[in-house]
Amino acid sequence: MAKSKPRIKLPAKAAKGEIIQIKTLISHKMESGQRKDKKTGEKIPRQIINKFVCTFKGKEVFSADWHGAISANPYMSFYTVATESGAYEFTWTDDDGSVYSKSAKIAVS
Amino acid sequence: MNTTKHSTKLNRREILFSLGAGSMALVTLTMLPGLARADKTAADAEIKKILGGKTAQDGRVTLDVPQIAENGNTVQLEVAVDSPMTEKDYVKAVHVFADGNPVPNVASFHFTPASGKAVAATRMRLAKTQNVIALAEMSDGSIYSTQAAVKVTIGGCGG
Repeated sequence: MAKSKPRIKLPAKAAKGEIIQIKTLISHKMESGQRKDKKTGEKIPRQIINKFVCTFKGKEVFSADWHGAISANPYMSFYTVATESGAYEFTWTDDDGSVYSKSAKIAVS
Repeated sequence: MNTTKHSTKLNRREILFSLGAGSMALVTLTMLPGLARADKTAADAEIKKILGGKTAQDGRVTLDVPQIAENGNTVQLEVAVDSPMTEKDYVKAVHVFADGNPVPNVASFHFTPASGKAVAATRMRLAKTQNVIALAEMSDGSIYSTQAAVKVTIGGCGG
């Protein structure tokens, strides 16, 4: 996989106890393993991001297992309770073993 | 005279050729459903694995999908589960299946009490018109499920 650029959207500030929405997007072809090469007629092997994890201070907040049915450039949105200031860590794991990661900070008052 | 004869011959060839091409197209058309075959039994087997002998109850799970999806390559999907999301009572996971896809599994979302609310959204591929099924696993072990039919205009399976 060439480049997989992750993007995160979450509020910069939140009140303690507030439920915030986190939106994520990563560029990835998400090859389903069902498509056939038009020239050779052979199946193109699957290559997708199969795992997405979001942690806050080492604790898992949300995670997802993805299968071939997830669209290219996978989008994922979910919610979490803002408890304290810090950084959310996001990781995406590719079928080929590569891991893409990004973090995003939040200030909680 | 000779020229007319020649042209009729050509015409006949043309007709024969177009007939041949037509039947070829028919063959491909009839073969297509076979390629993107719905495997409902596969979906049932996956669902059984999650249930593990339990029965799924109706309610609490909301599945937000379009009734008609013009492009099967990107179909909006949102699941929401009615739960207080406390340490004692929360949604552990939501599993999503599409019973007409070559691989029925779509995604599994794992929530924690830190989620605040059990709502997650993504985009999925649907090969054809089919049912989307969501199973929610609660922290007390109970399972709730719901399903929705999505009409797909252009399948997202890729040829």
